[in-house]
Amino acid sequence: MTETASTLSDDDILSQALNWKKDGRSVALATVINTWGSAPRPAGSQLAIDETGQMVGSVSGGCVEGAVIQEALEIIKSGEPKTLEFGVSNDEAWEVGLACGGKINVFVEKLD
Amino acid sequence: MKTALLEELQQARVEKRQVVLATNLTSGNQKLLYPFESEDNSDLAEAARNALRYDKPATFESENGTVFLNIFNPPLRLFIVGAVHIAQALVPMAAGADYEVTVIDPRRSFGSSFRFPNVTLDNRWPDEALEELNPDRRTAIVTLTHDAKLDDPALQHALKSDAFYVGALGSGRTHTKRQQRLLKVGFTEEDFARIHGPIGLDIGAKSPAEIAISIMAEITAVLRQKEIT
Repeated sequence: MTETASTLSDDDILSQALNWKKDGRSVALATVINTWGSAPRPAGSQLAIDETGQMVGSVSGGCVEGAVIQEALEIIKSGEPKTLEFGVSNDEAWEVGLACGGKINVFVEKLD
Repeated sequence: MKTALLEELQQARVEKRQVVLATNLTSGNQKLLYPFESEDNSDLAEAARNALRYDKPATFESENGTVFLNIFNPPLRLFIVGAVHIAQALVPMAAGADYEVTVIDPRRSFGSSFRFPNVTLDNRWPDEALEELNPDRRTAIVTLTHDAKLDDPALQHALKSDAFYVGALGSGRTHTKRQQRLLKVGFTEEDFARIHGPIGLDIGAKSPAEIAISIMAEITAVLRQKEIT
C-alpha cells in the first residue's frame, strides 16, 4: 500500500484516479466549478472516470453523471479540457439536466 | 491534469498542508498554491487564502481567463482537554460535524476507554500531548478540566499554536483569574483575547449536552467566520 493510500481515506477519489492511471488506464477528472440554485453537489465535488466508463465520486448525485461520462470518454481521446453546462431539466423534455432546478458547470480534463 | 501534479497534490494532502489547485478553465493549465506558506500578496494568493479560510472553492478572473481555485484543506481536528462529563457529550457531536477528535487527560480514571469508547484517548500531560499533536489552522482546542494544573499548560501551548479556536470552560471569575496567571507567565492581553471564555455561545445551556451544543456552535461560528452578536 502506498503512503498516500494509507493516510487518505479509502474512498478518496483522487487516489483512485491515480491508481487507475498507475494501472495503465486512461483517466478523466470532472470537477464542479460553479453552482446556481439548489444544485445537489457543491463546487469542488469531483468524479473520476476511467476509459471503460467506471466512475468514483459524484458531481450531481446522479442527475448528470451519465452525460459527464460520455463527454469524459471523448476528452480522454482528444486530450482537450472542456467546461460542460447543465441547467434545469424539464419533465417533458428528454434532455439531461438537474431535476432539482439548479444549474452547474463541470470542468472535465484528462489525466495526462 | 499532469499525473506528476496530482501526485504532488496527494502528497501535500497527506502532509496536511493547506493547498489550492488553480486551473485556468480556458487553457487547462494548472498549478498548486500554498498561500499560507508564502508572503505572496498578489490578488490570486489572497483569493486562494480566502477560499481555504472559508473552506469554499472560488473562481478568480485573471488576465488569461477564469481560474478555478479548488481547495484541499486538511481534516478538522478537535482536542478536548479534560475527559469530563461535558466531553462525553461533545465527542459525538464533534465527530458528527467531521472533526477528528482526541480527548486528552492524564488522569486515567477520567480518560478511560470505558468512559470514552469510540474516540482517541491521550493520557499524557496536556502540553506534552499537544506538542506532538501539533495543532494547526484547522484545529480547535477546548479545555474543560476546571483545574488550572491541567488547563493552563494546554492553554499556554494552544496560544503558541495556529489553532483557529481556543476555548476554556469556567465562570467569568475563573476566567479573570486565568487571565492573571497567563499574563504573569508572559502572555499579552492580545494573546489572552484569543481564548473564548466562558466557553460557548450564550444559549442558556445547563446540562452537559446543552453546554456541548453551545461549544460546538461557537466553534462552528468561528470556523465559518460568522459574527455572533
